[in-house]
Amino acid sequence: MMTIPPRLRPLPFPLLLSGALLFLFALQVAPLRAQDERVVAGLSQNRITISTGFDGSEILVFGAVRRESPPPADSPLQVIISVSGPAQPVTVRRKEKRLGIWVNTDAVEIGSAPSFYAVASSAPFGEALSEAEDLRYRVSIPRAIGSIEVPDEVSDPASFTEALIRIRSRSGLYQTNPGTVHLSEETLFETSVELPSNLTEGDYRIRIFLTRNGRVIDAYETSIAVRKVGLERFLYSLAHERPLLYGLMSLAIAIIAGWGASAAFRLIKS
Amino acid sequence: MQIYLPIAEISVNAFLLLGLGGMVGILSGMFGVGGGFLMTPLLFFIGIPPAVAVATEANQIVASSFSGVLAHLRRKTVDLKMGTVLLIGGLIGAFLGIQLFNFLKSIGQVDLLVRLSYVVFLSIIGSLMFVESLRAIMRSKRSGGAPPRRRKHTWIHALPFKMKFRTSGLYISVIPPVLVGISVGVLAAIMGVGGGFIMVPAMIYLLGMPTKVVVGTSLFQIIFVTAFTTLAHATTNYTVDIALALLLMLGGVIGAQIGTRIGLKLKAEQLRILLALMVLGVVAKLALDLLLMPAELYSLGGGGE
Repeated sequence: MMTIPPRLRPLPFPLLLSGALLFLFALQVAPLRAQDERVVAGLSQNRITISTGFDGSEILVFGAVRRESPPPADSPLQVIISVSGPAQPVTVRRKEKRLGIWVNTDAVEIGSAPSFYAVASSAPFGEALSEAEDLRYRVSIPRAIGSIEVPDEVSDPASFTEALIRIRSRSGLYQTNPGTVHLSEETLFETSVELPSNLTEGDYRIRIFLTRNGRVIDAYETSIAVRKVGLERFLYSLAHERPLLYGLMSLAIAIIAGWGASAAFRLIKS
Repeated sequence: MQIYLPIAEISVNAFLLLGLGGMVGILSGMFGVGGGFLMTPLLFFIGIPPAVAVATEANQIVASSFSGVLAHLRRKTVDLKMGTVLLIGGLIGAFLGIQLFNFLKSIGQVDLLVRLSYVVFLSIIGSLMFVESLRAIMRSKRSGGAPPRRRKHTWIHALPFKMKFRTSGLYISVIPPVLVGISVGVLAAIMGVGGGFIMVPAMIYLLGMPTKVVVGTSLFQIIFVTAFTTLAHATTNYTVDIALALLLMLGGVIGAQIGTRIGLKLKAEQLRILLALMVLGVVAKLALDLLLMPAELYSLGGGGE
């Protein structure tokens, strides 16, 4: 932890950052010091609990830009905020017409795709971040999706990634929200990110980028823990740690439910 | 009322699940089918991951078939002996089916083959049943009463290892029921369904069992097949969602009781024609899925599948 630049210390959630990321961070941020514009950020909560009644949530990301000298007048400041859920491997299959029938033919294995990904910006995305910087920081949704394994017979791997984005966007898991980061006086910013009800457990990574002319001048990262609690936690752990017991319990409940209904109906009739 | 399901990792409306369970439960009690072939696509539709839907559905069927069997047992419309024989055949068949499935998978295009055989097989069963039961209804209308039950003496009766199935009123060799069990088991394993709606027509037409006894007997053997499936999924894939299962069960067990009562009020040929219509409906849906261009050509699955 000795690599922590002193400027990061007063930030609200530095403990959650991993050492490796911090190292990269220091490398990336170091040459930009001359710009003298830095992010100070906070979250409305540092933990999201999934209980039985969970029906989606919202996190508020807010912060300010700290600077030693007046801001440069040549280009406007932009803020980009991304929230990404734990990454998982995904298989994307495609249907094709064979002998007059639609069947799954080609499949592409995507090594790791975030289970949730939202990116919000204060301006249209292309304006706020250049292509080169996007490639470097992996900010936009297509860049955030990991490498893909393409079988020889697939000639158009890009359409599989597009399909993944399209399907996940439809269920609110992938979101691109340009213009939803509210920036006032080039100093204060805030945005809220909608988390859908089909949320996966894990650590959600939140990144904030300050850009000028499409170039990243400062970046900040923190994370928020999404955890099942109470009954949800208990059942999930039981299913994974004592699967046989869990299976037998499911069967016992089924038998009791079946018998209960039968007995109840007999009572009603008599 | 929204409930977050711990394994499916999605929040769903509890009343919607109760309703779905109830509807499928009625069909289960009436026809002696598990209802998985109907429930699983509905669960996909509301966003439950396919692996969780299939595993949890098996658990729910245990409950609704148990509820249905109890109702049938009181009316003495379960042939326990026949059920056991079919079950033994079914387990052997399921084992063979899994081997066959893996073999087909290794040579590729298993998806196409399975779907095609499914459609062809079901449409034959469905139309034969429909025509037969329609004739039976016309005949009983014309003569004003039930036709005399005449049992044809076929090669089936010439086979050895004869056994008395008292409840079904049959004295036949155990070979045909074991074979029926095996073939249904094979088909069920390949197609990934419980096999109730293949088993029911086979019992009526191949074994010549009375329709009323068929429903209870089919439910009896479904309990064991689905209980086995539930345990297998719970221990290997961790995909049984107990919260989802409970909601579906509450609806399902009540539905099964109602379904059994409806089934007993109907005449045997009416029951058969309704089942035939249902099978044809499922075939039509499957055929449309294969022939029409899907709205989304791509689908997502977990990694490593």
